[in-house]
Formats: sequence, C-alpha cells, structure tokens
Amino acid sequence: MKSFDGKVVVISGGARGQGRAHAVTFAREGADIAICDVPKGLKTVPYPTGTPDELAETKTLVEAEGRRCLTAEADVSKPDEMNAFAASVMEAFGRVDVVIANAAITNDSDSPLETSVESWTEIIDVNLSGVWYFCQALVPHMVAGGNGGSVIITSSAAGLKAMGGGVSYTAAKHGVVGIMKALAHELAPHDIRVNTVHPTGVRTPMVINDWFKQKLETSTSLSSVRNLLHVPLIDPEDVSNAMLWLASDGARYVTGVTLPVDAGLLAR
Amino acid sequence: MSRTLEGKVAFITGAARGQGRSHAVGLAREGADIVAVDLCDQISTVKYRMATPQDLETTAELVREAGGRCVARQADVRSLEQLESAAAEGMAEFGRLDVVVANAGIGSGRRSTLDLSEQEWEDVLAVNLSGVWRTLKVTVPAILQGGKGGTIVIIGSTAGLRGMRGIGHYSAAKHGLVGLTKTLAIELADENIRVNCIHPTGVRTPLSVSDEIQKWAAKAPPTEFGNLLAVDMLEPEDVTSAILWLASTGARYITGVSLPVDAGFTLR
Repeated sequence: MKSFDGKVVVISGGARGQGRAHAVTFAREGADIAICDVPKGLKTVPYPTGTPDELAETKTLVEAEGRRCLTAEADVSKPDEMNAFAASVMEAFGRVDVVIANAAITNDSDSPLETSVESWTEIIDVNLSGVWYFCQALVPHMVAGGNGGSVIITSSAAGLKAMGGGVSYTAAKHGVVGIMKALAHELAPHDIRVNTVHPTGVRTPMVINDWFKQKLETSTSLSSVRNLLHVPLIDPEDVSNAMLWLASDGARYVTGVTLPVDAGLLAR
Repeated sequence: MSRTLEGKVAFITGAARGQGRSHAVGLAREGADIVAVDLCDQISTVKYRMATPQDLETTAELVREAGGRCVARQADVRSLEQLESAAAEGMAEFGRLDVVVANAGIGSGRRSTLDLSEQEWEDVLAVNLSGVWRTLKVTVPAILQGGKGGTIVIIGSTAGLRGMRGIGHYSAAKHGLVGLTKTLAIELADENIRVNCIHPTGVRTPLSVSDEIQKWAAKAPPTEFGNLLAVDMLEPEDVTSAILWLASTGARYITGVSLPVDAGFTLR
C-alpha cells in the first residue's frame, strides 16, 4: 500500500525540471498525475521553455511507474486555460488531492532600475499571477471533494531574501508567500494545508543553459550566492522529497509554513 | 521497506516521557539505537509534576520493544559534567553518534513576565536555552569523530517565533534557539552536520495537559491565539514525524531552518 495510492497530484510546469521530478516522485508513491506546461508568447525569456515533446516524455516516465498521467498544453498566466485544465482533471480523475504550483520563468532583470516594464510584467504574470490562477482553478474542486488535501507553492530562496536574481523575480517569489498565507487561513476549515518551499539553485533546464551560465559569469550579485552545504546546485528530487513529506499524513498539521530547501543559503 | 536510521545512534534529552519518549521510540522504530537522557527529578519553580526515574525506564523498555538498544541515564542538562558522563556511556556502548534531538524543556509562568521570580527566569533559560547549548557542546564532538556528518534537531516552540503573555522567559529561550540553530548550521555545514529547529504548537504531553499550563492557555484571547486547523493539540508523533524526515536522506540539503509544526498557529 503506497502512501499516495488513489490520490491525484496536479503540477504546473510539469514538462521537465522540478515539475517532472515531482510528477515521477509522486507517481512512484502511487498517485495519478496531471501536468500542464508549454507557455506561449513569452517575449523576455532568453532560454528554451517547456515543449510538447518534453510534456509527453514526463507522461511516459509517470506511466513507467504504473500510474496514469493527464497532460495539457496550458499557460498558467491565462485563467481561462487554467479553468479548462482543472475541468479536464476532474473529468479524467474526479478528484484533486495535491496541488503543486511549480511553473515559473526567469529573465534578464539584473539591475532593478534597468528592468523594462515588459520584463517585469512577464515575470509577475507567470510567477505570481500564474500561481494564483492555477490555485484558483483547482482549489474549489479540493474543497468540494471534502477530503482535505495539500497545496504546495514553489517559491525560492529569493522569496525570503533578495539574492541578486532581479527585482521582478524577487517580488513574485515573495508575493507567492502572501498567496500561501491567505490560502492557508481560508482553507484551514476544510483541512487543506498550504505551504511554500524555497529552494536554492536547482539543477534544471532553467539554470543549466548557455544564457544562465553567462549570467553567472558576469553578475557579481549572483556569483556571490553560496550555499552553506557543499553543493552548488541541489537536485530537483530534493525539492520533490520535501513536497512528498509536506503532502503526507506525517505532516498532517503543517500549514502556513515557508520551508527552505536551500543547503543553508538563507541561514547565513 | 528499509528503515531510514538503520545502524545509526541518536542522543535524546527529555526522553523520559512526553515528546522525548515519542522521539526515542519513533527513531528506534526506524532502526536507531538510543541514548535517552532525562533529569528524572523535580525543579522547584516548575508547578507540574516532572518525570521520574520510572518514566525513563519505561521509555527504555519501549525503545527495546521497538527493536532498538537503549542506554538510559539520568542527567541534568544544566550540568555539563552530567551530560558528558551520559554521552561517554553512550559512546562506550554504541561507538558512534549520528543524531541529536535537543528536546528537554520546562515551563512556568505568571500573569506578566515582569512578575516572574529570578529563579523562575533562570531555571527556564538554564534548561531550555543553555541546556540545549550544553547538550550540543557535549555531543557534537562524537558526530565529528565519525566523519560522516549528522543531524541535529532542536525542539523550539511557537513561542520561539511569537511573543506570549506571562511566559516571556520561555519565549526568550525558545527564540534564542533560533539564533543557536542558524549559527550552528553555519559553523557545522563544512562537516555536513545539518542543524534545524522545529516549532510545535501545543503537544499532548504531561507538560501541556498539566493544570498549570492549561490555566495559562485559557487566559489568552482566542483570536490571537490558537491553532488554525481544527485540532486542539498535536500528538507527540506529529513532532517525531518531522524529526524523522529532517534526519532522513530526503532532507539531505535542509539546514538552518525553523520548521513550524503548528497547525497554522503562527499564521494568526
């Protein structure tokens, strides 16, 4: 009997990176999975974002664990697409137990005063509003289901401290903590717990690409960011494992928490 | 399913009953051998009955029933000498140390913090804050000796994140543990020893259910005090679950963290 048998876990940004790791990790523990990805029309993101092929590959990996996987090309910054996605999840699985708001982007916004309006808006749309639209579309189904549940929002170390990653990213990642706290209050009577995780740099396509490599070499603020533990980047599975615990019965009374998964970065 | 602490040794203070007993048994169930330490005596400024030698012996029996070996010793966390003696006996028996759970704590209170007697203030600081430092001063060398890293879990409190009427000494001590956690996380990161602090809301233990503590809790206004989730008190196992997770490889990059296990108490 696996700990998430019969449960449904819905993840945004599931095509690769952290989202893919969460999908596979929860599937391994018995959950059926629904993932969305493939943003369209992004103008300020300088690295390749999730593709339909990658989405299909995540599905293959989930099915290899013996679980079902619903995929959708749906953009978190578009509430209509999120509502349609949520409806399709309910049609396929009839329930929602764990919501993981993971989808996020980054871009060139190193110097706050040189951040363009377009650059600011795009980050806020995906990383802040997108988190809200994703949650807003799915949470009512959790409430209606009456089975309690768990909402986990992926913030960042930059969601608790300014870490040289740009003002837009920092503001959005701080902002999702506010979403978490408000939702935690609202959903406590329904036995739905809401928490954020705050990873340090994670080894994913958002970080492992030519653009980010160059950014690290030229940015003095970013290059001075050092984890306490001797690991330059944590694995996506390290974030998945934290989420696994947060969503488990062992954490049945953990809500409203900002949980760093950060190799001690924030403890300096 | 493999046990997460197979072959490991844990040193636990305040292990005679309550949370400490739960941690001792819980870690033993996951394969650890246990050094269980407790004062097993009354402190004069504490109005509820504290643990007895019989309580500690019962913990030792339960640990053995759970499949672990147990060295149980009376030791006052206010005494470096007594702690050193207990730790040395543990090392002589088990030859290694991997996990320390600094759990021993007492409570007392008045209508106002300024009404506390000097002895009441001193006793709570001596046990709840300095006692933790002494525990770690005595046990960390053994972890370092092993050269394999380790995990330290300090038991804080919601009072370590918020102020609380009538128990300013308790709140100061528990806040102090946050500073100790962060500092030791920085100092011990190079040796791969992770240090984290759990902040529980009220847990169903002899301390919390005592008349004295119940009377104190009843005086606080409900809107600014109390859990968000519909649970009156956590079970000790809820804190044990968080300790087990923090000590596991799934949490291998989590250090310097304050983790509320508090049913949303600190969200208010």
